[in-house]
Amino acid sequence: MSERDVVIRVEGLHKRFGRLEVVKGVDLDLHKGEVVVVFGRSGSGKSTVLRCVNFLDDPTQGTIEVAGMRLSGGFRSRRKREQIRQLRLHVGMVFQQFNLFPHMTALENVRVAPICAGLKDNRIRATELLEQVGLADKANEHPIRLSGGQQQRVAIARALAMQPDAMLFDEPTSALDPELIGEVLAVMKSLATDLHMPMIVVTHEMGFAREVADRMLFFHEGVVWEEGPPEQVFESTQKPETRKFLDAVL
Amino acid sequence: MTSEGGRLERLALAGARVPFRLKVAAVWVVIFAVLVFFFWVAQFDTEWMRDNFTYIAKGLQFTLYIAVGGIVLAVVLALLGALARISSNSIAYGISGFYVSFFRGTPLIVQMFLIYLALPQVGLNLHDQVPDLFPQTLANQLVLDAAVAGTLALGLNYGAYMTEIFRAGIQSVAAGQGEAADALGMTYRQKMRRVVLPQAFRVIIPPTGNEFIAMLKDTALVSFLGVSVAQAEIFRRAQLVGRADFKNLEALLVAAALYWALTIVFTFFQRRLEARMSRGYIRTQDLTAASAEEQKHGGGGGSIG
Repeated sequence: MSERDVVIRVEGLHKRFGRLEVVKGVDLDLHKGEVVVVFGRSGSGKSTVLRCVNFLDDPTQGTIEVAGMRLSGGFRSRRKREQIRQLRLHVGMVFQQFNLFPHMTALENVRVAPICAGLKDNRIRATELLEQVGLADKANEHPIRLSGGQQQRVAIARALAMQPDAMLFDEPTSALDPELIGEVLAVMKSLATDLHMPMIVVTHEMGFAREVADRMLFFHEGVVWEEGPPEQVFESTQKPETRKFLDAVL
Repeated sequence: MTSEGGRLERLALAGARVPFRLKVAAVWVVIFAVLVFFFWVAQFDTEWMRDNFTYIAKGLQFTLYIAVGGIVLAVVLALLGALARISSNSIAYGISGFYVSFFRGTPLIVQMFLIYLALPQVGLNLHDQVPDLFPQTLANQLVLDAAVAGTLALGLNYGAYMTEIFRAGIQSVAAGQGEAADALGMTYRQKMRRVVLPQAFRVIIPPTGNEFIAMLKDTALVSFLGVSVAQAEIFRRAQLVGRADFKNLEALLVAAALYWALTIVFTFFQRRLEARMSRGYIRTQDLTAASAEEQKHGGGGGSIG
């Protein structure tokens, strides 16, 4: 893949919380149309890397490059805050706990950010997006009236409404009852295969990874321990730690 | 079993069938009857009360002006104070900390007199010392009308208490909400206005209603600043007319009834507002019905493209 196909570039990322170093030097490129699945034990730093990409966590060291903007962590001046906001406009994020706005209907949830950004036709776009995630009939419901799976699908539509260059999924199905996981994964799969949306997915859903991922990264002790296409990671695992983890979750 | 015991039992059973609220209402009626009896024994002058009711009730206007002015000021100050309290800006944090500490740490009545009596003195002295920087016109502006000084003091004092209410309310909004707004590229203002504050207000409104109701009654303190009759609120008017005719009990009772009625009316509005604010937090349809519906539709994820 060529240099100009890179959508998100993470270089030399370190993240320390107090004295605890959670991420110890991670490099990661996400290319156009690529699906990268990140997996690993809890505490291996996988979610932190994702949160550093859009500066929800501030990188201790290293740089993040999105849409031609290259930013590092540290003190946030007024100018820096605006740069971070611009960067975030290019990256959609879906959270483990959905984080829908409870005081708004599904439609309002999807519309609010485009309205803030002054995007035109936000109502039509929002209605279309809810249709795409199969929730057109729930447009006027508040989140509390929706199941977990439905809430997460609204959250995906909400992130897509900003027309991002790439999507970040932070354990999108971990808070869901088992019978609701499928509907969310189906939406994510069609996002990847039909719309070729580049995405980094932190997940334990190995079936999804095998089916959809172009590349898999195994995180261990704050670094990328093993990396490769799904067939390689599953069939000819290189590292014993990866094997052990896979045996535990499969 | 005697027939007497049977009758008592039937009475108890009949009693259990009377709705709880009806019994409570009966208790209130009895208390009122007892009070009326005592007032009758104390020979109070109902005729005087009727004749002077409108005079005292005219004070409602100023009581409401002061209370509404005070609460509006308090809400603005509390919001600013709370945002400063949670900000990383040391200047804003310091100012709001000093404000809350001073206005919670000193009596309201002292603050009223400070604003009413001490400010003009400060103005005059400043004018004497630095007449160029502090012209007479500016000094004159520090001489406040009693009602204005009272409203200011109420707003400042209640704003200090409410800063803590607002801070707690804003911090009660889950961290994920702010993160979601950030991740969507909202500015700080957009995040606050559209996401955080609407959720915080749900938590803030009930205690703010309580503060307003408390403030309604603290407006009576303004009368100590010696307001002119033209601007007198309920308590001042009751005192004036009660003393003149030596009908203190009657006058104060009228005042008490007026404050009480105001409180009841505002409590009613507060309840309605709270019910409205809980939209999006109560499932109007019960859970079982919603999940049954989901089963029917199969809950399958739609496709994109």
